[in-house]
Parts: sequence; C-alpha cells; structure tokens
Amino acid sequence: MVHCFEQGGIRLALDVASGAVHALDPIAYRLCAMLTPPLTENCPDNLAAQFTPQEADAVREAYAELYSLYQEGLLFSEEELLPEALIKPADSPVKALCLHVSHDCNLRCRYCFAQTGDFGTVRSLMDADTAKKAIDFVIERSGQRRNIEIDFFGGEPLMAMDTVRAAVEYAREQEKIHGKQFRFTITTNGVLLDDDTIDYLNREMSNVVLSLDGRRSVNDDMRKTVAGGGSYDVVLPKMQKLVRQRDPEKDYYVRGTYTAKNLDFVEDVLSLYRAGFEQISVEPVSAPDGCGYEIKESDLPRIREEYHKLAQTMIEIRQKGEWFNFFHFNVDLEQGPCVIKRLRGCGAGCEYVAVTPEGDIYPCHQFVGEKDYYMGNVKDGSFSREQAREFAGVNVYTRPACRDCWAKFYCSGGCSAANFHAHGRIDQSYEIGCELEKMRLECALYLAAHDSLKNE
Amino acid sequence: MKHIKTINKSNLKKTAAHGGCGECQTSCQSACKTSCTVANQKCEKRR
Repeated sequence: MVHCFEQGGIRLALDVASGAVHALDPIAYRLCAMLTPPLTENCPDNLAAQFTPQEADAVREAYAELYSLYQEGLLFSEEELLPEALIKPADSPVKALCLHVSHDCNLRCRYCFAQTGDFGTVRSLMDADTAKKAIDFVIERSGQRRNIEIDFFGGEPLMAMDTVRAAVEYAREQEKIHGKQFRFTITTNGVLLDDDTIDYLNREMSNVVLSLDGRRSVNDDMRKTVAGGGSYDVVLPKMQKLVRQRDPEKDYYVRGTYTAKNLDFVEDVLSLYRAGFEQISVEPVSAPDGCGYEIKESDLPRIREEYHKLAQTMIEIRQKGEWFNFFHFNVDLEQGPCVIKRLRGCGAGCEYVAVTPEGDIYPCHQFVGEKDYYMGNVKDGSFSREQAREFAGVNVYTRPACRDCWAKFYCSGGCSAANFHAHGRIDQSYEIGCELEKMRLECALYLAAHDSLKNE
Repeated sequence: MKHIKTINKSNLKKTAAHGGCGECQTSCQSACKTSCTVANQKCEKRR
C-alpha cells in the first residue's frame, strides 16, 4: 500500500509496509498514484497514454525509477503478517503505571475528563502505603522487563506530594533489589509549584507535563480556579521557572487542549512559544457530544487548515534560526519503534494500567470509574488476566478500520478509551480521532521531508 | 534519481527480527494522555 499526498509544494509517497518515504516530481507523483502492484518492468500502455506526447520521455524515466524502488522493496512492498504470538502476547508483563495519587484537584477545568478531578467518585488522595503496594505490584508483574514507568497523575498530583516522594524513594530502593530501572513522569496543572517542588521534579522526573492551553483568554475560559477565576496568571510564572531551571537533557512538555471554541489553535501554540516554551503539545479535547465545545466532523476541514498553517509557521520560525517542537509532528523515520510495537499500540490494559487512590486497577486513566473495566486492586494483588488478554488481543489487524489504513503503523490503532467513549467498544475506531491523526502524520512527514530536502 | 528523492530507506519489516523487547516508553506516558501516536517514540535499543 502506498499513500500519496501533497503539502506545501512537496509531493510525497509513503510506502506503508516498509515505512520508506519518497519525494516525487509532478510526473512521478501522477504516475505513482495510478499504479497498483504487482508492477511490470515497463510502464503499461494504458497509463502512458494518459500523459501528453511531450511527457513521454519523462514518464518512461519516472516509471523506471518507481520500478527500481519497487524492486528494492521500498515502494508497493508487501506486508508480512507476523506470528500471532508476537502480535497478541499472552499474559503480557505490566511495566507502566499511571498512578493516580490524587483524585482531587485545585482547578475546575470545564473540559476535564476526570470530572474536575474526582472521576465521578469521591475526592481522595492516595496514601504512601497504597503507592508502595502499586510499586510492588508493577515489579512483580513486570517479568523480564527492566524499564518500568510511573506517571504521577490525578486529579492534581502535587496535592499529594508526600505520596509522590514516598513512592519515588521506595521505588529507588526496590529497583536495586530487583534489577529494575524506574522512570518517573508527572502531569501537573502547576498551581502548587514552589521552589522546593520545582527542584524535586527537575531532579527526579524524566518528563514533566505542564498543563496550559495557550492564550490567556483561551486558557482562562476552560481552566478555572475553584473560585471561578482564570488560572493563567497563577501558573505561568511557575511553569516558566521550572522550565528555565530544568536540565536541557530532560524532557518536558507544555501541554494544552484545543476545543471547538479555539480552532485557531496555532495562536495558542505560538502564545506558548512566545512565553518561553520550546516543547509544546496542543491536543484535541476528549469531550462528549452535545457539550458545546466537542470536536465535530464538520470541524475537520478547518482543523486540517490549522495543522497545515502550524507546519508552515514552524518552517518559517526555523528559517529565522529559532525553534520549537510540536509533539504531534514528531516522527522518527529512522529510529522509531519496531513493527511489533507499532502493531500492538499503546499497551493500555495489558502493559500499562492506571491505579486509583484506593488501589483499584483500570486499563488506563481514561477508563477509571468504568465499573465494567475494573481489573483488580494492588492491595490484595488481584488482577484480571482475562481483561488484560482482551486488551492485549486488540491491534491494527483486529480493528476493522485499521487493516487497510495507511496510518496504521504510526498511530497503531488509536486509543481504546476514545473508541470506547465513541462506540462502547475498544476495537471500533473513533473516526474523528483517526482523521485528526492522519492530518498530523501528513504534517509530520511533510516537515521531515522539508528538512531532508533543504539540506541537499 | 531524477524524478524521485528518497527521504528515508527505513525498512519496518526488518525490525520484526529484533523487535518486541517491550522496554520502550509507553506512548501515552509521553505527553498526550488523550490521543495515541506510537511512531514518535524512540526505540529503546537505539537510544
């Protein structure tokens, strides 16, 4: 399968099975879009006849080049089905936790999928003992995996900093005993960042995700304080300080959300950039139909324009010698993940689970509170292997919409939670999410191609 | 080549041979938490 598209004057062909990417001139592009495998050594007459006599030589040359790439396995290459055991791992190890140390929050964001922090249950904080039990659980379940990830999440995790510190200290002790390596990340709204906490997070967390939406007006329309005021001026200086003091070798992202109310979100990305942030992620809201700010199918053409504008703006900024990174336009064409990872996807419900303040286990943070998806509890060590197998069994080959999609090895089947919220089942793709993903991937491939071509 | 410039010659199919170690970062832990992009993750063996 080959996906051809044109953006910013560059015509690209992505060979889906190999991952090879080619930039084509207009003749080769037109020709490539007409071809279906298997290719013959000479250009079929019926295709050549669709060009003018003046183009005949160029068509012959372009076809020879396309055929040469086909022979090398870099165009119209065949997909090789992998053994089922690789794609559907039985009893997959658990190696990543979303640790909900707080089901409470000191903001009242209107779009919060955690229903302003409590996930529709009671406001609560995880105690240190439960956090340690969660660490024990993941060590025990991680099998041969060496790298274990803990993301401190909420609600707002800084409201439970004692638990965060206790969990980190305990994990550091245990990793030596069990031959593991823990990596910690945290997702915070920044309200409680003080000098001591900034030092701690910059020392212990390999990635800090800071939630801020962009322009003050956009942020404050959604991200409200408990008293109902805007949060922008409360958190911005604290986030700026954290990033200024952070080791440049360590990751951080300022992560915003766009909704149907700010489809001009390039302005929000640029607002974050001008505020001094270089690692930026601004993502579509997860919101129920009818809320008034959800992304609708009718918004997609406008959003496509906006992503294209963002890609072009990034090129212009980089041409001026400045730089920022947009998370969803990252694509590592040379050293990205292996095909097995790409087939399996995010690992929710099997290698990645969420743990609530009470120790309850769910397939991921977006399933928390869904009673049918309760998987067990770290305090008594219960864990539903049946549920885990259901999630491990879902991949790009079992999701009907993914099988013939050109983007399957990049999004890896999308988000089970988004599918569940849209259709009530994890294997039926959330169509709007798919379209957004494909837009972003085209932009990512375009930027990679632009970078590569400008260096020639 | 005159009409085509290859941007990258990666071959995903070859990664099946050494892949699947499971040591790489879980994609949703990286920044998103609400969307899924796996291809922007790093291979742990090539860090």
